[in-house]
Amino acid sequence: MAEISIALRGRAVVSETRHLLFSVMPGAVWIIVFLVLPSVYLMAVAFMTNGPYGQPQMPLSLESFRQLAGFGFLGWSPGNLYTLLRSLWQTLLSTVLVVIVAYPIAYYITTCREKWRPIMLLAVVVPSWTNQVIRTFGWMNLLAPGTPLSDAAQALGLIAPNMGLYPSNFAVTLGLVYNFLPFMVLPLYAAFEKLDTAQVQAAQDLYAAPLRAFWHAVFPQTLPGLLAGTVLVAIPAFGMYVIPELLGGGKGMMLGNLVANQFAGSANWPLGAAGAILMLIATFAGLFAMRRIGKRLGGGEEVVI
Amino acid sequence: MTNPMPAPEVEHSDPLDDTREKDESMPREASSIELKGLRKQFGKDTVALDGVDLTIDAGEFFTLLGPSGCGKTTLLRILAGLEEPDAGKLLIGGKDVTDIPPHRRSVNTVFQSYALFPHLSVRDNLAFGLRMRGESSAERERKVAQVADFIQLGSLVERRVDQLSGGQRQRIALARALVCEPNVLLLDEPLSALDAGLRGQLQVELQRIQKRLGMTFVFVTHDQDEAMVMSDRIAVLDSGIIQQVGTPSEVYEHPVNAFVARFMGHDNLFAIQRSADNWVDTELGRLQLDPAQQRSEQQGWLLIRPETLELGGEVPAGYNRLEGTVKERLYRGSRIEYRLEVNGVTLMAVASNVGQRLHAVGDRVTVSFCPEDLVRVAA
Repeated sequence: MAEISIALRGRAVVSETRHLLFSVMPGAVWIIVFLVLPSVYLMAVAFMTNGPYGQPQMPLSLESFRQLAGFGFLGWSPGNLYTLLRSLWQTLLSTVLVVIVAYPIAYYITTCREKWRPIMLLAVVVPSWTNQVIRTFGWMNLLAPGTPLSDAAQALGLIAPNMGLYPSNFAVTLGLVYNFLPFMVLPLYAAFEKLDTAQVQAAQDLYAAPLRAFWHAVFPQTLPGLLAGTVLVAIPAFGMYVIPELLGGGKGMMLGNLVANQFAGSANWPLGAAGAILMLIATFAGLFAMRRIGKRLGGGEEVVI
Repeated sequence: MTNPMPAPEVEHSDPLDDTREKDESMPREASSIELKGLRKQFGKDTVALDGVDLTIDAGEFFTLLGPSGCGKTTLLRILAGLEEPDAGKLLIGGKDVTDIPPHRRSVNTVFQSYALFPHLSVRDNLAFGLRMRGESSAERERKVAQVADFIQLGSLVERRVDQLSGGQRQRIALARALVCEPNVLLLDEPLSALDAGLRGQLQVELQRIQKRLGMTFVFVTHDQDEAMVMSDRIAVLDSGIIQQVGTPSEVYEHPVNAFVARFMGHDNLFAIQRSADNWVDTELGRLQLDPAQQRSEQQGWLLIRPETLELGGEVPAGYNRLEGTVKERLYRGSRIEYRLEVNGVTLMAVASNVGQRLHAVGDRVTVSFCPEDLVRVAA
């Protein structure tokens, strides 16, 4: 009897494993074929040498990383380093600006009547349903030389005469802030929506003036949303291609453009791959830093991002 | 939660110790409260407070009692400064604080949901008010240790809030308010989230803490038993109006109107059809009444407290006497509740469970009660 039941249980375990295998299979195959293999290929390419027609070839070398660091035929140039620093700066600046713009918007929406909130959220999200390229062209038209905005900036002496607000780093920052706003508003709105107002009242009751009540009772509660939004904004912004390409001109190039160029015009796949790896490393470093910040500010509470 | 070991030589750590009259280790100054014509309206037609006049004495345990929506929480929030009255004045300790924001009032609140800060440790929660008031860290340290000791939760100060049980959170919320040594402590249904056993225990403890500190407590609840156990005085509210203010026994034994009587748990209310000097006519029949209960108005209600009814046995001279049938019997251990039918009307009776014969369902019983126990209640 006992043996039979063990055998049956054994069979049950086998069939359960098989079920699990079958249900996981499609996803696993998808990830292996479209994520793992290309990534491995990309890494391999990064360590290969650039051929005369831009194709990666043997032998293996660190040449592409040397080029990425700025060493070329004509000695060292800081171009790539500037591109990296510009990417980091643009990411930081636009993320901070997105937070500053999105925080009051998200709060304001939660204070509206319940029936208006979905409509207001929709208004925040709807622009992102239009193609990013088209929206960026829209900004080009708004900021080009001779437009009211550019004329106003000239009149205020912010830009030289006969120049436009586009192309410029300013235009890139503006484009990034505009593009990523919904990704910050939505998680912040979710955080504000479930804000425990009793905590805010408790802070006021315990002698906290309005600003301190905000800092000690509101801000910590919105921190998970803020961190989630920061991840959603900063990572794609760091690798952004379209906006700097269209709004930045030659001086607004970011890391994404550097990488893309290597796979297109410049035809230096190993260098492009090395750039992609650098982006990956920077992203992971950023995520790690965010986790640490979340843990510290969250008072040991895990902030999931 | 309680320590089974014999108490060590620390003799000042037991808040349940009634032998100490007043604890002087935590200096404070209790304040009286005066409300004058307070009105508060939400939206167009929700009147939360409809002209409240009330005086709460310094050092009193005062309870605001009423059903949900009666305005008791709004009143408490106005005392805290979290809500502004539309009209009227609020004086705390003789000073007009109507326009003073909450963070400048020496009033602290224990919130219904406790409202502890989850991102701070218990210690930082306790120190929050002191920190916001700008007290030095040494001073904070000393006071937090003292209050943690006072509520016997000294071992928990390093914990995070989410590692505490409901009862522990309740005590921390209380301690967080007490440590600020407010002139008035407000408590917004602080026990409603706890189970019955713990609740009873904390009711006693809260009352003893209040007596020991001599602080003015304003307590909000919808539970009349809780209100009676703890309070020096009770204000019963309904529809934004104070119906009655009095000691627990005044409110329970002499409710001023049918609402208060029902809210205090009285079932035996009978409409008075006619009345004279020493009798009233109700559905139960004509009943003798103490002439002291004589009223100018004819109508109103007659209240018969179930515990004043005598079932069976001899009827003393001058007592009211009714005949009824037992319809239902509830065994409650220490007492037995009977639902009787008298002249086609339901009458509740309670008998203590002491050696007397139980009446069975269907029994005919004689009900007798002293005229002096009958109370006339306004409509």
